[in-house]
Amino acid sequence: MTAPQESESAPSRSRIDIAGALKDAVVAALVAFGLFSLMLGLLSQGGPRGALTVTTRPGLLFSAVAVVFVGRLLVALIARNHLTLDFRRFFPAGLGHVSEILERYAGAALMLFALATPLLFYSNRYLLDLGILVLTYVMLGWGLNIVVGLAGLLDLGYVAFYAVGAYSYALLAQYFGLSFWICLPLAGILAAFWGILLGFPVLRLRGDYLAIVTLAFGEIIKMVLVNWASFTGGPNGIPGVPRPSFFGIPFTDTPQGFAATFGLEFTPTHRVVFLYYVILALALLTNFVTIRLRRLPIGRAWEALREDEIACRSLGINTTNTKLTAFAIGAMFGGFAGSFFATRQGFISPESFVFMESALVLAIVVLGGMGSQLGVAVAALAMIGGFEFFRQFEQFRMLVFGTAMVAIMVWRPRGLVATRTPSVFLKEKKIIPAVIIEEARQ
Amino acid sequence: MEYFVQQLINGIALGSIYGLVAIGYTMVYGIIGMINFAHGDVFMVGAFLALIAFLALIAIGITAIPLALFLVLLIAMVLTALYGWAVEQLAYRPLRGSLRLAPLISAIGMSIVLQNYVQLAQGARVKPLPPLIPGGFTIIDRGGFIVQLSYVQIIIVVTTLTLMFIFSWLVAKTRLGRDMRACEQDLKMASLVGVDTDRTISLTFVIGAALAAVAGIMYLLYYGVIDFFIGFIAGVKAFTAAVLGGIGSLPGAMIGGLLIGLIETFWSAYFSVQYKDVAAFSILIVVLIFMPTGILGRPEVEKV
Repeated sequence: MTAPQESESAPSRSRIDIAGALKDAVVAALVAFGLFSLMLGLLSQGGPRGALTVTTRPGLLFSAVAVVFVGRLLVALIARNHLTLDFRRFFPAGLGHVSEILERYAGAALMLFALATPLLFYSNRYLLDLGILVLTYVMLGWGLNIVVGLAGLLDLGYVAFYAVGAYSYALLAQYFGLSFWICLPLAGILAAFWGILLGFPVLRLRGDYLAIVTLAFGEIIKMVLVNWASFTGGPNGIPGVPRPSFFGIPFTDTPQGFAATFGLEFTPTHRVVFLYYVILALALLTNFVTIRLRRLPIGRAWEALREDEIACRSLGINTTNTKLTAFAIGAMFGGFAGSFFATRQGFISPESFVFMESALVLAIVVLGGMGSQLGVAVAALAMIGGFEFFRQFEQFRMLVFGTAMVAIMVWRPRGLVATRTPSVFLKEKKIIPAVIIEEARQ
Repeated sequence: MEYFVQQLINGIALGSIYGLVAIGYTMVYGIIGMINFAHGDVFMVGAFLALIAFLALIAIGITAIPLALFLVLLIAMVLTALYGWAVEQLAYRPLRGSLRLAPLISAIGMSIVLQNYVQLAQGARVKPLPPLIPGGFTIIDRGGFIVQLSYVQIIIVVTTLTLMFIFSWLVAKTRLGRDMRACEQDLKMASLVGVDTDRTISLTFVIGAALAAVAGIMYLLYYGVIDFFIGFIAGVKAFTAAVLGGIGSLPGAMIGGLLIGLIETFWSAYFSVQYKDVAAFSILIVVLIFMPTGILGRPEVEKV
């Protein structure tokens, strides 16, 4: 059965182009067979005498090819017959007012939910821990958003500052016995210094050169942490990082402890709830500072730099200072988050500061829509929460995670919140649809 | 002196492998201006395919090393090229013309997918292969210190040089090469004058993947052991090499690869093995401070 190419105006569902779809599916199945033939069809294993041997797995190979065939057939049937489910219809980019209202209330609702979570799920330790994890990534995302989303500097080594923050606290506590609340600002300042240190060599670099240098910087920091064993503990990390106290009152089951002081019954949950609110406060601080900075000349300079560096320079903006402040402030929040991470875990090692973390945070920023505060929060919730959701499929988790990253990007290349709100406006605040932003770039 | 010569030989062999992978990065970057983060993992897939193909050939009774090696080369190149093509179709083509960061994130996702796919399909353990081509020439034998040039090293360098020549000829003389250069200069304009840009970009990915497969085989022969994680670090090094040489430039990729290989080998030989990657990355940063577009990179023209 072949599809007659007559009038395009009358899309009738009776003339379904099965032959074409079948052809697509056969091609896809052949490609899949090529791809999977050696990888899935054969298994290389250590044999009885130690040397590798191969065993065949025809069942696995053919089921994989069959899955691809059926999947492609369905997709082709939908696509070839214009039964497209256009998701964009549900998320109109151009409808400024709707998304503005949505953005306002969604933000408030998320905020309320975040505040109420410890009360709602007080007895659920697992959910509280997950909440802390999500908020840590929200904070990291907001911190990186300053560098990538606002200033437009592609940073692939953000995890370096996270590591600097974490090790600052752990080492200061270990060698000088300083407490979390003293170390927190110190860790931020140290990370900011590292940000400036990284910023200097990369000032003249553009785009992707910057990306590789920041990546290299992240790797250098990690390798130094691994190899300088006498100072950082090397690959074994630093155990016994002190837990935070409630402004001097420890969370212990003693007469001086938090529970006894406030006349409560001792439970370990107090500390978890406290940690939850600490990271929530830190994240909100990041958000607040970012929103305020965007209204300051420096914030506007960042956004100008993102849009056009040459225009920026010709208008008299000092691009050196602008870039360095972006790096320093972004790094500072990374440092705060790192020192929080150290105190929450109680143990840190270089294992926690691998490139994957940088990539994850960057993915959160880009999926969130590059510059949108709400988008970053939603993306962090979706990525980290979704990652936890697949916990039962332990070994397939990373595979699903990677596939999701590709799929979300293909589905919404401009991120979840693609619109932009101008920070300065003349009469009324108009949301800039993503289409215009993209056209301006061309 | 003998020690120096030995390290030089080792460095050149290692650098050739990096150079082959770096070509894949630099070509894709030159044409569509995107960092193909999954390229390192395509290299890893190539090494795995070569290993499995080799074991399969032994299982069906082809044990003559030259014939087996040739067949492995062929199978691994074709199948890895197919992987390169599939990755481009699935993860990058739908994102063409969108914001610059979107394909980067998609590439990182693809890299995660490939790593975990290989880990699930073939297991997380390291895969050792006994040395296939043992022996070599002894160049200097003085006072107990022997400088050796192994056959594997000769094969690596000769193959790399051959491929470089074929590839340079391809880019300079053929229709495809002309299309590729046109796309590199201006993608939109190239499509207006009748260059099939989609096809050219696909073929770029295919060629890059095939070269990465060769690098994967070389890696397998040289080190004799692979695992699913080799793609990341090799990919980062090769990308560093591409940037060092000037991204977008083919001879630059080769020079950058050799430099990274030599720096790494000499640093491990004379200073410390632990900090060899730190040395490679630090030199990258230093070079970029003084030559912001790499060694052979063209200075970027700023358009207003």
